[in-house]
Amino acid sequence: MQAPQPAPAPPPAQDEFVPISQLPASEQLPAAPLLIAAYAVVWIVLAVYVWTLWKRFWRAEQDLKQLAGRLPPAK
Amino acid sequence: MLQRYFVFLFLTGFALVTAAPVLIAAAPYESTMGLIQKIFYFHVPSWIAMFTAIGVCGVASVRYLVTRKPSADRLALSAAELTVVFGLIGLLTGPLWGRKAWGHYWQWDAKLTTALVLWLIFAAYNLLRRFGGPGSERLAAGVALFGMANVPFVYWSAHIWRTVHPKTSVVMTLGPGMRPAFYWSAFGFLLILGALLAARVRLETLRASIDDAYLSAEDL
Repeated sequence: MQAPQPAPAPPPAQDEFVPISQLPASEQLPAAPLLIAAYAVVWIVLAVYVWTLWKRFWRAEQDLKQLAGRLPPAK
Repeated sequence: MLQRYFVFLFLTGFALVTAAPVLIAAAPYESTMGLIQKIFYFHVPSWIAMFTAIGVCGVASVRYLVTRKPSADRLALSAAELTVVFGLIGLLTGPLWGRKAWGHYWQWDAKLTTALVLWLIFAAYNLLRRFGGPGSERLAAGVALFGMANVPFVYWSAHIWRTVHPKTSVVMTLGPGMRPAFYWSAFGFLLILGALLAARVRLETLRASIDDAYLSAEDL
């Protein structure tokens, strides 16, 4: 038979109030700008990639047109 | 053909943009991190998309090494490029979450460091293909296999080593209110990956046919 476990000690009584400006920087930061920045990162990275893809397609189509100009006309 | 890919891409992107934030806003706040934990809903899907792209690149590289089929090489190259794109999203959104949750943008712990190394391997793959010249396809396929072998280390690093990063098991134990936002977002990212991969492979095929046509024109 096991002896009953003692109840956990309650947290010590608060003996001072800490102004929010004295909190560590990580606890002072507002979350919303970081969340919005992260969401913006997703769309900026994808938009830049789609733009580069579009540009490469456009260049390939120009090459194709140039090539068609070099070929002899079909009889 | 080209327009069809981009219409598909636009529609999937539009669906993600409009619906995901609604579901994410409706998801409950996590007890210790609060609002900042909502970065999870696009941070983790970006890694899922990256790991999927690595899987495609690795399998296509094995196929290329065995069969020497140019179509396999084109798929591997396209997937490697998208690995870098989705990895970049993960590497940028993670520190924004970490800044609030840990008080630092970056920690050199096992999870973050192995993820960065994995991304660098695929960045190296793309540099090799861009500047490696003829014959770089085979060397790059070997690099892709090396990169794919690193995926389990990244995935399990939070379980094996002591790390500040949450374990991957948090995904399996998500509360019912958090699941719709996460699965929708993950589905959206995978759709975008599929659309971009299809477009990128199409570009590589177009380039290859242009090169062939130039060689044929020179013979005339």
